Amino acid sequence: MPRQRKPLPGVDPKLLIGDAAKILPEQSRRVFLRGGASLGALAVLGGCDIVDGDTSERVLRVISTFNDRVQALLFNPNTLAPEYPESKITRPFPFNAYYSEDEAPEIDADQYQLEIGGLVENKKPWTLTELNKLPEVSQITRHVCVEGWSAIGSWQGVKLSDFLKMIGADLSAKYVWFQCAEGYSNTIDMPTALHPQTQLTLKFDHRTLPRAYGFPIKIRIPTKLGFKNPKYVTAMWVQNNDAGGYWENQGYNWFSGL
Amino acid sequence: MSLSTNTVNAAKSVGRGTAIHPLVVRGTHWVNAAAMVVMITSGWQIHNAFPTLPFEFPNVLTLGSDLTGALQWHFAAMWLLMANGLVYVILGFASGRFRRKLIPIYPNEVVHDLFAALRGKLSHDDLSVYNAVQKLLYTGILLTGAVIVLSGLSIWKPVQFHALTSFFGGYDTARYVHFAAMAAIVAFLVVHVTLAVLVPKSLRAMIVGR
Repeated sequence: MPRQRKPLPGVDPKLLIGDAAKILPEQSRRVFLRGGASLGALAVLGGCDIVDGDTSERVLRVISTFNDRVQALLFNPNTLAPEYPESKITRPFPFNAYYSEDEAPEIDADQYQLEIGGLVENKKPWTLTELNKLPEVSQITRHVCVEGWSAIGSWQGVKLSDFLKMIGADLSAKYVWFQCAEGYSNTIDMPTALHPQTQLTLKFDHRTLPRAYGFPIKIRIPTKLGFKNPKYVTAMWVQNNDAGGYWENQGYNWFSGL
Repeated sequence: MSLSTNTVNAAKSVGRGTAIHPLVVRGTHWVNAAAMVVMITSGWQIHNAFPTLPFEFPNVLTLGSDLTGALQWHFAAMWLLMANGLVYVILGFASGRFRRKLIPIYPNEVVHDLFAALRGKLSHDDLSVYNAVQKLLYTGILLTGAVIVLSGLSIWKPVQFHALTSFFGGYDTARYVHFAAMAAIVAFLVVHVTLAVLVPKSLRAMIVGR
């Protein structure tokens, strides 16, 4: 949706702002130049496509990063996502991805291993048989999609915080990064990884996780939007650098907390 | 009774030689107008990603090239909308402006002024005094503003603010509440802008103060 404004002939918006700023008293000038005021001023003075231009995109990304910090502050590690009775489960629970259902990864259960890496003491990979022997937790929670729809599902698996402790992960690390079979990935913050409802999910509605919902492993995070719940997970890394993610890198908000 | 109150108020404002709308009211009004336009047009694009109701807003009326951009605009302008709204509401209560300008609202006066307005016989001699229809609409739009911000927060953070989400009837219902509040604001805007154009001095008063 390009909206071009006609620039004023012979006027360089940046120079004009510079000149305008010189007229201001010292203190206001500094505030003015430091502040985001130049964005609005540029738009008014012409030539700048404020709606879809690079400048607005950059400013919006900065605000999105600011929103990440606000959401991290709003995130209460003890606040639980509401849980629902079985009767409220959405049936059929929707399949959702950027590809069609028959393009979803098909993973051989016998060959599968969950790779562990990064700031972890025991990096031994895990087979599904081993993971299925771990104590099981269950939740019926609402999956909220960034598009606005929501659906209630029933998930069973291993509490991620228990699993991280068991493998000797550095819990003071900042991020946990998940790699998926189809090339999808997500990085989440450690406080969310340690949230009591964050789950290394092996089952949907008490049955082995179907291919449509992410077989063999989905990371179920009821405190985050759906796209921050990776499916077909093949590797998990504990690390201090943000490795981004499939949608996050395209401009969706990184924290995307609920 | 309200006539005498109005006369006293009018006399006061004339006596003090103050603007019809103080600078802070005019400032917050226009910042709110800009923030609202961004919120509404980006909200329409967000709606289109998965329509709450079975229709889509034409792309030419929406902000953001796709859902990503629309969400970025929406969650950026929300800070402007909330900060500006808070300043306006706090000052409105603290200065007594809301009390002086917006109450009391008598149903019979609303009916009377509404018919007078429809016949084109409503006086606009003193813009510092709101007629009963204005009082009702301005109070209504303030309450709607509260509903749209709170329902918005409830669908932005349905886990952290789950009590608020429940108050609006749960996540899915809260989306309809948010949408309905938007529709009410757009309806208000249509009437508000039309009347401002029909009575240009009211528009002037909101820009230059008198």
